Amino acid sequence: MLDGALSAAVALVRRLGAATIDGVTRLGYATRFFVAVVAHTPAAFRRLHLTLREIYFSGVLSLIIILVSGLFVGMVLALQGYDVLTRYGADESLGVLVALSLVRELGPVVAGLLFASRAGSAITAEIGLMKATEQISAMEMMAVDPLARVVAPRFWGGVVSMPLLAALFSTLGIFGAYLVGVKLIGIDPGAFWGNMQSAVDFRDDVVNGVIKSFVFGAAVSLIAVFEGYDAKPTAEGVSTATTRTVVESSLAILALDFVLTVFMFHGVHA
Amino acid sequence: MTTVADSAAAAPSAVAPEIFVELDAVTFGYDARTILDGITMRIPRGKVVAIMGGSGCGKTTILRLIGGQIAPRAGRVTVAGQAVHDLDRDELFALRRKFGMLFQFGALFTDMSVYENVAFAMREHTDLPEELIRDLVLMKLNAVGLRGAAQLMPSELSGGMARRVALARAIALDPMLVMYDEPFAGLDPISLGVVGQLIRRLNDALGITSVVVTHDVYESLKIVDYLYFVSQGRIVAEGTPAEVRGSADMFVRQFVDGEPDGPVPFHYPARGYREELLANA
Amino acid sequence: MSRTTLDLWVGIFVALGVGAILFLALKVGNLVSFGSPPGYRIEASFDNIGGLKLRAPVKAAGIVVGRVESVRLDPVTYQAIVTMKIDHGHEFTADTIASILTSGLLGEVYIGLDAGGDSKMLADGGKVMKTQSAVVLEKLIGQFLYDKAAGGGAK
Repeated sequence: MLDGALSAAVALVRRLGAATIDGVTRLGYATRFFVAVVAHTPAAFRRLHLTLREIYFSGVLSLIIILVSGLFVGMVLALQGYDVLTRYGADESLGVLVALSLVRELGPVVAGLLFASRAGSAITAEIGLMKATEQISAMEMMAVDPLARVVAPRFWGGVVSMPLLAALFSTLGIFGAYLVGVKLIGIDPGAFWGNMQSAVDFRDDVVNGVIKSFVFGAAVSLIAVFEGYDAKPTAEGVSTATTRTVVESSLAILALDFVLTVFMFHGVHA
Repeated sequence: MTTVADSAAAAPSAVAPEIFVELDAVTFGYDARTILDGITMRIPRGKVVAIMGGSGCGKTTILRLIGGQIAPRAGRVTVAGQAVHDLDRDELFALRRKFGMLFQFGALFTDMSVYENVAFAMREHTDLPEELIRDLVLMKLNAVGLRGAAQLMPSELSGGMARRVALARAIALDPMLVMYDEPFAGLDPISLGVVGQLIRRLNDALGITSVVVTHDVYESLKIVDYLYFVSQGRIVAEGTPAEVRGSADMFVRQFVDGEPDGPVPFHYPARGYREELLANA
Repeated sequence: MSRTTLDLWVGIFVALGVGAILFLALKVGNLVSFGSPPGYRIEASFDNIGGLKLRAPVKAAGIVVGRVESVRLDPVTYQAIVTMKIDHGHEFTADTIASILTSGLLGEVYIGLDAGGDSKMLADGGKVMKTQSAVVLEKLIGQFLYDKAAGGGAK
C-alpha cells in the first residue's frame, strides 16, 4: 500500500521532470529557430512579393473578422460602461473608458487572439501540410532554403499585419462606442470626443498599444511558423500542431500582455 | 537498351564504367534502431538503377543519404567524387543543384500552377529573362506531354499527371542525377507505363543518371539497367534484369513472383499459434 | 489571384491600418504631447495633492494648457512640490492661484490655474505663490460630523 503510493509519487515527479526537460528543449529549439528565421530575413525582403503575399493571407483575409469583432466589442463596452458610469454621474467619461480600454488592452489583446486563431492556425496548417506532402523536402532537395522561401515571409507578413489589425480593431471599437453612446443613448458628442482626447495620451497609450500589438504579432507568427515547421508530417500531426498554435499563442499573448503592462504603465500610477 | 546493360555486365573488368554515385559500407539508424546496415552500391553514370525492397526496408533512406538530408552513421556516400556528408551547407546546396528528385506523390507546390512549379528552380537559381524561362518550361512540360496543362493547379491533376509534372520539375535545370522515390506507387496501369517509359527516355536523351526506388518489380525490369534488392537494411541480391529473371535466389524469386511467404515471412514473429490459442483455454 | 490584384488588396489593407493608427493618434489621443513639445516649467507647493497623478492636465478656465511633470516632497516644509509644464502661448500672471480640483465627484484630478491682475508674468522656473490644496473627502466628512456634533450639543 505504502509502497504503491511511493512509486506513484516517484512516477509523478519523474513525469514532471520529463515535462520540464522536454519544455526547455523545445524552448531552446524555438529560440534557435527564431534566430535562423531572423537570419533569413534579408532573403525574404529581397523578394518582397513573397512577403506581400503573406500580408494578404494573414492581414487582408483577417480584416472582416477583426472589423466586425471590433465594432461589436466597442458597442458592448459602451452599453456596459454607460450603465456603470451613469450611476456616478460620469457618463461623459464613456469615451475615455472605451478609448483607454481599447487602445491599451482590448485592441492588441483581442485582435491578437483573433489573429492567432484566424491567421496563426492557417500558417501552421499550411506549413505543416507542405511538410507532410514533402514539399519542404522537395524544396531542400532543389537547393532552396525553406526558411528563406517559406518561413521568413510568413513570419514577417504576420509581424507587419498584426499592429495594423489591432489599430483597426480599436478604431472600429471606438466608432461602435460612438454609435451606441452618442447616436443611440445621446451623450453629447463634444464631451465624448473631448474627454477622450484629454485623457488618452499619444505616447503613453497609443504608442504603447502599438508596441504591444507588434510584440503579440511577432510572438504569434513565431509560434505559428515554428509549430508548422516542427509538426509531425502526418494528418494527425498537422491537426495537433494547429491546436498547439492557437493554445500557445493565446497563452503567450496574455502572459506578454501582463509583462508589457507592468513595464509600460508602472510609472503612471504615481 | 538491355544490350547496353548486358554488355557492361558481361565485361565488368574490361572497361569499368565511371561511377557517379557510390555508397561504401553505409550504416544508418535512429537511436537503437538500425535501418541500413553496411550497404555498398555503385551507380554508373548514364544508367538507370533500381533499388527494390518491401515497404519500410530503408529504400527512401538511401535517397536521403545521397541527397545529403541525413548523414550516415558509418561509411561514405560519394556523388561525383565528393563525399556528401563532408560538404558544408553552401557546397551541399551547390551539389543539389545538379540533382533532380521526384517525390513519392510528386510533392508539387500546391499554391503554384503547373507552370510555376516547373519554373520554380529556374527563378530561384538563375537570372534568366522571363521569355527564356517560358520557353524552357514549355519544353520540359512538352517532354512529359503536359504542355497543355501548364495553367492548371496541382489539385486539378490526376495522380499520374502530377507525377509527370513533378518529373518535368525535377529535370528543369538539366540535372546530372535524378532520384525517383516510388514513382509508380498508386498509378493506374496506363500512367504507370507512361511514367516508366519517361524515366528511361529522359535518362537516355539527357544523359542523366537515374536512381529509382520502388517495389514495382515488373515495371522496373522493363526499364532499368541494374537492380539492387534491399531487405532488413542489407543488400540481399543484385544484378541486371536478365540475371534477375533467371535468378534462383530465394528472396529474388519471392519478390519477382510475388509469393506471400518465403525469406520475407508472411507472419510477424509470434509464439506458436496452437500454444497461444490454447493458452486461455 | 494575379499579383496586381493581390498588391492592390495589400495596399488597401496597409492604407486602412495606417489610417487607423493616425486616427488613434490624432482624434483619440492628443499627439501634441508627443515627445517634448515646446513649453516652460512652473512650480507650486501644496499642503496636500490628493490623487494628483503624473501627466494630469493643467487647466485654465477648463482648457488644457499643460501637464503635471513631476511631484516631490519638500524635505523641509513637508509640502508637495508640483512641477507643471505649460505649453507655449499660455502666459499667467505672477499672482495666479493654482488649485487641485476634481472633475465631478470621482472624476480625474487636475490643477486649475486662475490668473490674477498682476502685470508681471510667470517665467520659466517661476513659482506660483498662492495655492489651494486638494479637498480630502475623509477630512471633509470628519469636519462635517464634528460640526454636526458640536451644533447638536449646543442645542
